[in-house]
Amino acid sequence: MEEEDNKRHSYQVSHLKQLESEAIFVLRETAAQFERPALLFSGGKDSIVMAHLARKAFHPARLPFPLLHVDTGHNFSETLEYRDKFVEEIRAELIVGHVQDSIDSGSAQEEKGPTASRNALQTVTLLEAIEDNNFDACLGGGRRDEEKARAKERFFSHRDDFGQWDPKNQRPELWNIFNGRKHHGENFRVFPLSNWTEMDVWQYIKTENIPLPGLYFAHEREVFERHGQLLAVTDFTQPQGDETVEKKLVRFRTIGDVTCTGAVESDADDLDKIIQEVATARQTERGTRADDKRSETSMEDRKKEGYF
Amino acid sequence: MSEEISTEGYLDMDLLRFTTAGSVDDGKSTLIGRLLYDSKNTFEDQLEAVERTSKQRGDEHTNLALLTDGLRAEREQGITIDVAYRYFATPKRKFIIADTPGHIQYTRNMVTGASTANLAIILVDARHGVIEQTMRHAFIANLLRIRHVILAVNKMDLVDYEQEPFEKIIEEFYDFASRLDNIVDIEAIPLSALKGDNVVDKSEQMPWYQGPTMLYHLENVYIGSDYNHVEARFPVQWVIRPHSDEFHDFRGYAGRVAGGVFKPGDDISVEPSGFTSKIKSISTFDGDMQEAFAPLSCTITLEDEIDISRGDTIVKGNNPPKKDQNIEAMVCWFSEARKLTPRSKFYLRHTTKEVKAVVQEIRYKVNINTLRKVEDERDMALNEIGRVSIRTSAPLFFDSYHRNRTTGSFILIDAQTNETVGAGMIV
Repeated sequence: MEEEDNKRHSYQVSHLKQLESEAIFVLRETAAQFERPALLFSGGKDSIVMAHLARKAFHPARLPFPLLHVDTGHNFSETLEYRDKFVEEIRAELIVGHVQDSIDSGSAQEEKGPTASRNALQTVTLLEAIEDNNFDACLGGGRRDEEKARAKERFFSHRDDFGQWDPKNQRPELWNIFNGRKHHGENFRVFPLSNWTEMDVWQYIKTENIPLPGLYFAHEREVFERHGQLLAVTDFTQPQGDETVEKKLVRFRTIGDVTCTGAVESDADDLDKIIQEVATARQTERGTRADDKRSETSMEDRKKEGYF
Repeated sequence: MSEEISTEGYLDMDLLRFTTAGSVDDGKSTLIGRLLYDSKNTFEDQLEAVERTSKQRGDEHTNLALLTDGLRAEREQGITIDVAYRYFATPKRKFIIADTPGHIQYTRNMVTGASTANLAIILVDARHGVIEQTMRHAFIANLLRIRHVILAVNKMDLVDYEQEPFEKIIEEFYDFASRLDNIVDIEAIPLSALKGDNVVDKSEQMPWYQGPTMLYHLENVYIGSDYNHVEARFPVQWVIRPHSDEFHDFRGYAGRVAGGVFKPGDDISVEPSGFTSKIKSISTFDGDMQEAFAPLSCTITLEDEIDISRGDTIVKGNNPPKKDQNIEAMVCWFSEARKLTPRSKFYLRHTTKEVKAVVQEIRYKVNINTLRKVEDERDMALNEIGRVSIRTSAPLFFDSYHRNRTTGSFILIDAQTNETVGAGMIV
């Protein structure tokens, strides 16, 4: 019996280790099955964790694919600083697709009005970057726990010539065998963090001691409320009408385009406090994203159009 | 989420993957919704959305099933179309649920969900008892080598919480399940997902039931190890050659251990070349490892420079994998557009290797409603399961699925459409 217990103990693998091992497996499959993959890097925590895992997967060699940043032009300055430092540290190649270029060339139409967002335009720029660079697979940090349309996403998600996702016609994915075969012009989105939850990501960041942009930690900032969300005062987001600016102690749970990323009031200024906050949170992290609030199926619709 | 979650213990938690199967009106979505809700794994904004939608639809209660409905068509039709993955954690375990639809036409999804699960929850309506679909679900769980089953007898509130219908269902199910040799452990639990009895909280309506609640059982069932830690198998995914000054001579074979234990100094051989060598190191970003076992990802370096590429397998010692170009397998067919017929050709993907394959013969099909063998059939259609003999363009190095889920499984890919059209378990 005692011997039995020893046996159990020695082959026990914690859930974080299992998730790490699975993500590394998926990253290596992506490098092996595609000719020209890219890793979508937004400077958000999920893409940072994914890039960290990619580093592990191919160590001691460099990443066998470039990082691709789809830049809306509406960034928090901290995000860009972090991005450039990170890319230099891991000696990766960085390719930036600018939403502004898509607008200038007329392929994307800027939304009008005070609550306009470039979020939807990212899809246009992403698809252009994929075409310009001949990428046949894009690694994304999407997780199935984020949103209900993502709960049905595959690790290897097939997209047609137009980058579209057909939720009713996805390839069944069994065991850990991934089918990346495709016709010319088609491509894949690959999600190594599919089985991770927000809590897993934070725990992993802590265990691995991964540095993050300061936006994730509580800090004082001028914010105003719009549709129940706290938006930061920036060059791109200004209060309208009777919206009043207040200085508050806030942090961001996700980092996206500044025009649609809401802050939460929080005093969590280190990882332990954030983990505690996540453990007791009453709102999903996408609850702070205006882009998901537009309709009940907004994520599903954006995915069909070619969004991550 | 629950405030009791100790963030300290979180790092040592283990992982249980389970699948749920039930017929259309067995209340499967309600059960999962209840499990998430009562274990405090739902968020306010999710609940608000569900309450709003319940009101719009004119539902009497807040419809917890809506918590699990994903796609627009699913919400409109009130059914589940695709496998959905859901996540929750308690202080004891982290769980991944593969939520699969139960309609007959979705056998493909059930097989997909079951392929990565350690445990299956099979739902039965207490009023209707064990029906054809119950047996089909149990058959698939067994086929995919799921060892643990929870027989969830739901809607006990509609049979006045009486013991007799529950006992009758257990008897019928055991009678049938005793023939399924991969299932080693069955826990039958009477519950009401709608009212919350015995899902997370113990029911006060069924004093005759002394067993665990569903969550208690999920938290405590001993899963042992689903992995084979005896026969050493390492399918090579990718060769790492940094070409840098610092790591000039580094040549590492990256992959994920599929079976057994690898240690520095071990004698190994490489299939298919047959070359032999010794393990020099098991390398990772975090430093060298003293041993590697399934399901860990690592990079193996060898004492000798030999030619190894993706698709090769590093193995150890006395129990080599089988080597053959002819394989016998149970195959589940996924394609609506095309039937599986003798002489049809595919790509076959097995671990990290891809070969061409031709179907030699359909030995028999299984009628998944009666579970009888049907012989002399010419083809297999969508959602059919049968035993097939296949010849491959190059030898495969494999184990039976019964011994190793990784080296015993494969998928079939249509060469024209690139679709995954079949899944196979080597006999």
